Amino acid sequence: MSVSDIKGGGVRLYSRFVSLVAILLASALGISLIVGISVGIGDMPIPLSSTYAAMTNRMGWTSVELNRIHETIIWDYRLSRALVAVFCGAGLALSGAILQSLLRNPLAEPYVLGISAGASTGTVAVIVLGLGAGSISLSAGAFIGAFAAFSFVALLSNGARGGADQTILAGVAASQLFNAATSYIVTTSGNAQQARDVMFWLLGSFGAVRWPEFALVSVVVGIGLIICLFYARVLDAFAFGDEAAASLGVNVGRARLLLFGITAVMTATIVSMVGTIGFVGLVVPHAARFVVGPLHVRLLPACAIVGAIFMVAADIASRVLIPQQVLPIGVVTALVGVPFFAIILYRFRRAT
Amino acid sequence: MSIKAENLVWKIGSKTIIDGVSFAAEPGKMLGLLGPNGSGKTSLLRLLAGLKKPTSGQITLDGKNIAHIKRRSMAQRIAFIEQHATTNAGLKVIDVVKLGRFPHRSMFSGWTVADDLAVTSALERTEMTAKRNDRWQSLSGGEKQRTHLARALAQSPQELILDEPTNHLDIHHQINLMRLVSSLPITSVIALHDLNHAAMFCDQLIVMQSGKIVASGSPEDVITQALLHDVFSVDARVESSPYHSKPHIHFVR
Repeated sequence: MSVSDIKGGGVRLYSRFVSLVAILLASALGISLIVGISVGIGDMPIPLSSTYAAMTNRMGWTSVELNRIHETIIWDYRLSRALVAVFCGAGLALSGAILQSLLRNPLAEPYVLGISAGASTGTVAVIVLGLGAGSISLSAGAFIGAFAAFSFVALLSNGARGGADQTILAGVAASQLFNAATSYIVTTSGNAQQARDVMFWLLGSFGAVRWPEFALVSVVVGIGLIICLFYARVLDAFAFGDEAAASLGVNVGRARLLLFGITAVMTATIVSMVGTIGFVGLVVPHAARFVVGPLHVRLLPACAIVGAIFMVAADIASRVLIPQQVLPIGVVTALVGVPFFAIILYRFRRAT
Repeated sequence: MSIKAENLVWKIGSKTIIDGVSFAAEPGKMLGLLGPNGSGKTSLLRLLAGLKKPTSGQITLDGKNIAHIKRRSMAQRIAFIEQHATTNAGLKVIDVVKLGRFPHRSMFSGWTVADDLAVTSALERTEMTAKRNDRWQSLSGGEKQRTHLARALAQSPQELILDEPTNHLDIHHQINLMRLVSSLPITSVIALHDLNHAAMFCDQLIVMQSGKIVASGSPEDVITQALLHDVFSVDARVESSPYHSKPHIHFVR
């Protein structure tokens, strides 16, 4: 290798670094912009400039005179809601990408391990049966249920030693079991109003989230993203299956358990706050793969960014599609998700 | 001595898959593993690659028991090519070959000149350089197998383990692959079905039947009319080829 080649490599590295920074800046700008738009939309429209001023005021950088009601709405309701949507979208897309790779199944998504079914059982137990007699919140019930389902799947699929197919089957079994438990509780003990509450929660809603939720979900998804990025190359090594990964020196059992665990914690946290928002975790990784390719060091950040933007956009759509009414967010993501799903299936048919 | 197996036994439940196998692969030589379907060839290769733990007995690498060698250290010197390993990820050839550098890189290290050199030379040796940016799904069977070989070579192994690598390849690619592997200056253990190819290219042969070794030695010693009848249940005549002086098998109807 000659000196000029190495020099060329250095220049190439530098230009790649610059383009990386540019892409990250553009993504941050895109996310801020859509968050700003989301904050502005509602029964009381707020201009983007007010949102910007409200934020810089709070940082202590500026002291622009603002409508007090606007400032309260921005800070107490809409900004936290939009930022929670950012991290929920990022976390679900990230979990979906990891599960699709680990299970080597293009149809895997964050709920494939039974987490949403478990969470719904936990929620219903709290709403309908009054489990914990008010001492545990809805979110805590959902989180406990989600982890019960995940443990059940882990146990059924023989810890981390079972293969991908075994894990998927165990997830299907767990989902069936916990969904049946949910339906059983609702039909035997619930009244009509409770059934409606459960239904709305199951389809997902950002209505109830405030700053404490933001603090929790940002920490969980942030840490999850960082750990997953460290494991990007390990995830690449899983491309040809568990045995191939093992023969490349990957500790397959440990990697699977850790990565399943991270996706379970992220998904359970998200589900316990905003309910079961479907299709983001399935659709976004495929969309990101079309753009940046299958290597995880690019795919994972891309999923986080696209997932964040998609979720905030879906939240906006859920509020503006029907005037004076908020659609469940899961309905909006599925309305976009299903056509996309059809395209994936169509491409799949052509490829085989 | 390179890879050595001592009295290996491997059981699944009460079923004995590998039953008291001992042999030693000579450094730099190509060791062929023959035997009917279900005779335990693939299982033996998995044990050798450290993917499964033997029920009893041991495998040593330069005298060291592989049970005590770290997975990553194993992967730095032994490369394994599975049967039918495929992916639905849209990886490029170059991405797959780069996977071979995985055991040589730590979680934080960047791509080094040594990594680049190993990948470039692996692509060249397998004649995949021109196809380096093609997607896995667009490759033919022969190209996929050559890509696997390139990935294995990028691991810079001292031992190469191949499980029926010529399956589903046309005759041109079969011969090419066998010639390439036999020309490598590393120890290789290769499971094969084509007895004539095994006789032509391998330095040593082992024949397995129901988990046991029933014959071993040079192709001339191993490939005999009696063995073909007893192990493979075929009626055949063996003669020394006038072209390469190795045994050649004529199957009689």
